[in-house]
Amino acid sequence: MIQVNNVSMRFLISHDRITSLKEYITNFIKRQLQYEEFWALKNISFSVAKGEVIGIIGKNGAGKSTLLKIISGILKPTEGSVKCDGNIVPMLELGSGFDPDLTGRENIFLNGAILGYSKDFLEDKYNEIVGFSELGRFIDVPIRNYSSGMLARLAFSIATVVNPEILIVDEILAVGDAAFQEKSKARMMELMSGGTTVLFVSHSLDQIRELCNRVIWLENGTIKLIGNTEEVCSEYSKAYKID
Amino acid sequence: MNYLINQYKNIKKYKFLLQQLIIRDFKTKYKRSVLGVLWSFLNPLLTLAVQFIVFSTIFKSDIPNFAMYLIIGIVFFNFFTESTSMGLISIVSNASLITKVYIPKYIFPVSKVLSSAINLLLSMIPLFIVALITGVRFTLAILLLPFSLLCTIIFCIGMSFILSTAMVYFRDTQFLWGVISMLWMYATPIFYPESILPKNLLILFKMNPMYHFIRFARAIILNGASPEFKAYLFCIIAAFVPFIIGTVIFKKAQNGFVLHL
Repeated sequence: MIQVNNVSMRFLISHDRITSLKEYITNFIKRQLQYEEFWALKNISFSVAKGEVIGIIGKNGAGKSTLLKIISGILKPTEGSVKCDGNIVPMLELGSGFDPDLTGRENIFLNGAILGYSKDFLEDKYNEIVGFSELGRFIDVPIRNYSSGMLARLAFSIATVVNPEILIVDEILAVGDAAFQEKSKARMMELMSGGTTVLFVSHSLDQIRELCNRVIWLENGTIKLIGNTEEVCSEYSKAYKID
Repeated sequence: MNYLINQYKNIKKYKFLLQQLIIRDFKTKYKRSVLGVLWSFLNPLLTLAVQFIVFSTIFKSDIPNFAMYLIIGIVFFNFFTESTSMGLISIVSNASLITKVYIPKYIFPVSKVLSSAINLLLSMIPLFIVALITGVRFTLAILLLPFSLLCTIIFCIGMSFILSTAMVYFRDTQFLWGVISMLWMYATPIFYPESILPKNLLILFKMNPMYHFIRFARAIILNGASPEFKAYLFCIIAAFVPFIIGTVIFKKAQNGFVLHL
């Protein structure tokens, strides 16, 4: 389903980022265009079978988000390759595909299109999305008037209305109020049991233990440990002394 | 061949997204203004009024049917400035999307140019109003107008590819472009006749794609006849050369965008 072969990702960090032509030219003349190499990922290889739920854990800056971005095609790896069969739905960070001046209804279509859904599909599922988000009559209000909880509910409802083949979740299970959190967790469980392959990044070991079949522990851009959930989680909590 | 089939499938898949982005731009453009879409008609008419007064009273112009001559230039050049300045920021302003979800990046500049193209089509209405008032007699040649519009749109897409790429790497592009497009406007015969162009610099002025598109449109509306064969050729070259250059630059640079946003 997903095959990650020897993926490495290098970033060039210049100490002050040059964004104007003048700075570039003056620095070029002064020969100060020096970059520092930073390998966010080094030789990562693993494969994920259909229907597996894979947890990815690690400290901040371990390369978790970079790995997800490479798998979803946003970043091109410096070395190595990734093979994916099936459509990927990334859960956008809250509202990044929304336009504040459009109504909830219009945003469902805009955001749905961004996630790669077809027009017929969205028209079909429109009521389901509105129902799940519990927005009711607010759906025809420009979303700049929404509260952040309402935005989160709308975003979650759009992202999970499909049964995607691959779902990428980067820490967003905690949206909305307690009741909605329960509901969204139930929806996630439903997706996972329905044969969707899930890549799940979280800092909560409890959530990982509850949801995942296998866990990848990333540290400084390399795989420190990969294996079944209990084993990796207990090693991880031992290493960082968390219970 | 395989590559072409893949490209075609790709374009088909993202047609809906393109359509949604164009609708979005169009809806939000006049969202909070009182007159709304009326501005698309008013804008060219008001610009025409100002320039007509300035150039027909202060500087005496001897162009026959100056109002018509002027509005054709205004409508075409307005589209050029509007679409390129929107296309220029299209990648940078969608940074939050580009860094989070995979979307073919050409969609952003193309959708901006196409949503200004809707405006261009709407501004054909004031153009025809002026034609009616000044008593222009239309002939069958008017059917050639879409050709010059299409060439202009293709040219602007190419320019937007180049500008939006430059903008990602150097944010100065935006300010530079403000100055360059103003210079460009004065270098294009919009409110002055072609005859005042200095003879020795003529070749330089003819390098300007906008000159050819506007000249073509004026020929079919003001003279009521198809321009000479060479004019078609110039329009096609002026549209496709920048378009191809833009596509190549954009395609080469697009994988690096994410790292610079």
